[in-house]
Amino acid sequence: MHELQDILEQAQQQFAAMNDEAELEQAKAKYLGKEGSLTQLLKGLGKLSAAERPAAGARINQVKQGIEAALQQRRDALAQQKLAQKLAAESLDVTLPGRGLGMGGLHPVTRTLQRIEQLFHSLGFATADGPEIEHDFYNFTALNIPENHPARAMHDTFYLDPQHVLRTHTSPVQVHYMEENTPPLKIISPGRVYRVDSDATHSPMFHQVEGLWVDQDISFANLKGVVQDFLQRFFEQYDLQVRFRPSFFPFTEPSAEMDMSWKGGWLEIGGCGMVHPNVLKHVNIDSEKYLGFAFGLGVERLAMLRYGVNDLRLFYESDLRFLKQFN
Amino acid sequence: MKFSENWLRTWVNPDLSSAELGHLLTMAGLEVEEQTAVAPAFNNVVVAQVLEIVKHPNADRLNVCQVNVGEAQPLTIVCGASNVAVGIKIPCARIGAVLPGDFKIKQAKVRSIESFGMLCSDKELGLAEDSSGLWILPEDAPVGMSIREYLALDDQLFTLKLTPNRSDCSGMVGIAREVAALTGSPLNTLEIPEHSAAIADTLAVTVADAAACPLYCGRVIRGVNAAVPTPTWMVRRLERSGLRSINAVVDVTNYVMWEMGQPMHAFDLATLSGGIAVRRAVAGETLTLLNEQTVTLDAQTLVIADDARVLALAGIMGGQGSGVETSTQDLFLECAFFHPDAMAGQARRFGLATDSSFRFERGVDFASTRRAMERATQLILDICGGQVGEISTVQGELPTRAPITLRPSRVKRVLGITLEAAQIADLFQRLQLAFTTESNAAGELVFNVQPPSFRFDLSIEADLIEELARVYGYDHIPALPPQAALTMLPLPEARRALANLQQIMVSHDYQEIVSYAFVDEAAERTLCGNANPVALQNPIASNLAVMRSSLISGLVEALRFNLNRKQARVRLFEVGACFAHADTGYAQTQRLSGIAYGTVQPEQWGSAARNVDFYDVKADIEALFAPQSVRFATAQHPALHPGRCAQIFCGERVVGIMGELHPQWQQEYGMPLAAVWFEVELGALSSQTVPSMTEIAKSLPVRRDLAVLVDDSVSVQVLLDAMQQANAPFVQTLNLFDVYRGKGVEQGKKSLAFRVLLQDTQKTLTDLEIEPSIELLVQAMQQHGAQLRM
Repeated sequence: MHELQDILEQAQQQFAAMNDEAELEQAKAKYLGKEGSLTQLLKGLGKLSAAERPAAGARINQVKQGIEAALQQRRDALAQQKLAQKLAAESLDVTLPGRGLGMGGLHPVTRTLQRIEQLFHSLGFATADGPEIEHDFYNFTALNIPENHPARAMHDTFYLDPQHVLRTHTSPVQVHYMEENTPPLKIISPGRVYRVDSDATHSPMFHQVEGLWVDQDISFANLKGVVQDFLQRFFEQYDLQVRFRPSFFPFTEPSAEMDMSWKGGWLEIGGCGMVHPNVLKHVNIDSEKYLGFAFGLGVERLAMLRYGVNDLRLFYESDLRFLKQFN
Repeated sequence: MKFSENWLRTWVNPDLSSAELGHLLTMAGLEVEEQTAVAPAFNNVVVAQVLEIVKHPNADRLNVCQVNVGEAQPLTIVCGASNVAVGIKIPCARIGAVLPGDFKIKQAKVRSIESFGMLCSDKELGLAEDSSGLWILPEDAPVGMSIREYLALDDQLFTLKLTPNRSDCSGMVGIAREVAALTGSPLNTLEIPEHSAAIADTLAVTVADAAACPLYCGRVIRGVNAAVPTPTWMVRRLERSGLRSINAVVDVTNYVMWEMGQPMHAFDLATLSGGIAVRRAVAGETLTLLNEQTVTLDAQTLVIADDARVLALAGIMGGQGSGVETSTQDLFLECAFFHPDAMAGQARRFGLATDSSFRFERGVDFASTRRAMERATQLILDICGGQVGEISTVQGELPTRAPITLRPSRVKRVLGITLEAAQIADLFQRLQLAFTTESNAAGELVFNVQPPSFRFDLSIEADLIEELARVYGYDHIPALPPQAALTMLPLPEARRALANLQQIMVSHDYQEIVSYAFVDEAAERTLCGNANPVALQNPIASNLAVMRSSLISGLVEALRFNLNRKQARVRLFEVGACFAHADTGYAQTQRLSGIAYGTVQPEQWGSAARNVDFYDVKADIEALFAPQSVRFATAQHPALHPGRCAQIFCGERVVGIMGELHPQWQQEYGMPLAAVWFEVELGALSSQTVPSMTEIAKSLPVRRDLAVLVDDSVSVQVLLDAMQQANAPFVQTLNLFDVYRGKGVEQGKKSLAFRVLLQDTQKTLTDLEIEPSIELLVQAMQQHGAQLRM
């Protein structure tokens, strides 16, 4: 009896001292191998009487299980140790930079346009676009600007031939859209426009967003509401002051210039008004039944104010040091 | 339109400060573009006279002056100006005066002599940039009077940015009328006498084009003295309107133009021969204008002529040799109404824009033409003397002003506010718009408004509504959210939004740029091979003279700009329209284009730096089109390497081009590395198919790799197409996964390895079932000379 207990204790002690898997397996042989002490004892069972054999066998098996458990325990512990060493050896400097492509970025004008579009889409405005080379008719005549009207001189137009111009505003899109759709209409049309003008504050090419809402009950008060709402949300300044001042555009009546308060003064931000009955007539919309407002906003101006850009020309120079600031 | 506030206030004098008046005008649609004081703030400066000068005992360059400032005792003032002289009248800043720049005048000892003030130059008073000494005032300047009062310096200069519809405000009368309407302040009127003929002289006037000139008034005035100086008050008002004084007669015509908005012209009667004709020019006639420009006229040009020659461009500018000089004694004074339709664009044809053409193009009040003639007559007689003849008048059909009906209900619909009938009536009265009221068929009380002759911008109801809103005040109209039926926007899933495409480019490390749509014609020709670009008639610069047919030049220019600023890796893209001539008009195609230069990845640790090549950019393009697949085929492009250039196909259609920049351009632009550029039609990128699920196969795919040797000249696409067309059963995908040249492969050949995935929907395939398919694929490749590698 004592002999068995000694064997178990000896095995447990020996296994616990093993720090190597191979040594552990060798040590195992000493107890459980062919010549192992426990195996020998099991073989000796044959010498016992049939009556003694079951009890003795059971005792030996119990010790054998104890040894096997000790062995497994040590195996697990050694595996754990090994894994821990491996993990320790594999650890990284997590502060090294990540590898791969970088990210590019959108042009600040695109960024601004997307912001404008999102705001107007949230109000149900669809986006429409039109050609940049426009027929004289769409750029002027259909917008109630007859040939030789002094208002044409306001536009500083690029001509391609006597009938075609680079659009001086995005307003022609209104006309195209109204020709092809029936009210109610609610669109914005963003895009490039062109004027013969180039200095620190004027670019011969710039971007505008035109807005148009034609429905049965659309008033000048609504125009004020929508434009004010837009500007306050665009700039995220909910107390931004917006003022409307009488002006003249041949395609709206009444017409207004929109100013917003900025650093203690007023800044012109675009033109707007109620769509002129003649414009509606050109596209066969009954101006008695339908009313509409239209507005035009300068995108670069909005971008400059929003992001603190101080020179219009930066937008077109493609200097990465400038562009990357908007990524 | 520039004018002096003081002048305006002689007409209407509301109880408003200068700033308030400016704000009032701006908010009424007469935008004050500029508002400046005539003189900066200073005080205690009076007109003084130098009585006596003694050399300063202690300083060579100083004088001790006795100066009369209008008091019993003259003041002793030390003065260093070299032009000081006994008897001159000068501005004198007295003790306690504060001059511009917060310069305080104190009693002080100058080299031990007490000085009681300072004699001033115009520069010291802030009235000139530079000066050469004391400001010598006219001999009749009243000694002791404040210089501000004497020169009327407490005045502001207003510059209005007049919109084309408000020609009625291009004269003081009109602006005053507007201020009176806006404030309710009383409006002063001019008393203008009608001058009866003192002499019998008249000139015969014929108007050949009565539509262009519906009213012409002419008058002879004899015995004038054009050499008299123009009165100071008139010179001052003209100067403050930005007009230079020329001679008394011309000044009067300019003054009347500024006062009443009516341009006039005065001829020297002695230079005229025969009668006056208003007619179209005969092609080829020439005229040397007052600005010394000689113009050749055509049959479209309306002119004023006498029996011998053309005298003036009607309503635009007079000619040389018939104008009034100081020696002129007899005048022929012209005051006419030229119709805006006839005047439109006329001045611009000769590159001119005059104060006269500005007014006639927009519309001059034809009801006050005769009054203006009498006003000018009155001023000429007062200033220059003379005797007047009868006014010769030729009148055709003047514009008519049809009454306009205004419905208060329409006002409410358009403006979104209710204006009561009484309010509307009041606003109309203030605007001098005569009206009657009646009940219309709908039972509404409506206003029938008679637009006055001076308003060329009132012809429909909307015009009147704007007038009401303007005078009522845009500020008083509330900002209200619209009320309308809510509908959602359509969201076509088969369309890819531009923003998504831009985002894909951004994710592939491209930076967006915006460049001008007009480019250098040479760049179009050489980089794009475009011999017939869309040209601008009036380009802003010679290197921006044509519309781009491709986005390449903008991208290359932007690349160079950044390389010059020490950027080593540049990846750019742009979305924009490209232009070309088309059978009818112009083709305008939106394209997306990109350029990549430098290393594939940003400089980083742990991966070898490699410069971007054709295939890197090709992958970017494929990602842009995915899941749509595109094909590439060898092509040529003037900007690109002839062996490294491909057209991009969507099905059978060419939708783009890509390739490496031609070494010739790389060298010309001084680029150390080759840039890879591409351009695709936005339309081809903008559609996609809406997904529709197919059953996932229950069986597992079988993979086979096929390696072949083939001539270098055979493109991979040819083999892929051949295998595709073989229609081998079970074949799901065919991919190239390796290309090898070198050891073990003979010169001029390459080894290609394709991976074939085969699958049946029902069962997992056996080798035996696959064999015929593989055989078909191999045969297909063999037709192009490929040998299977074992």
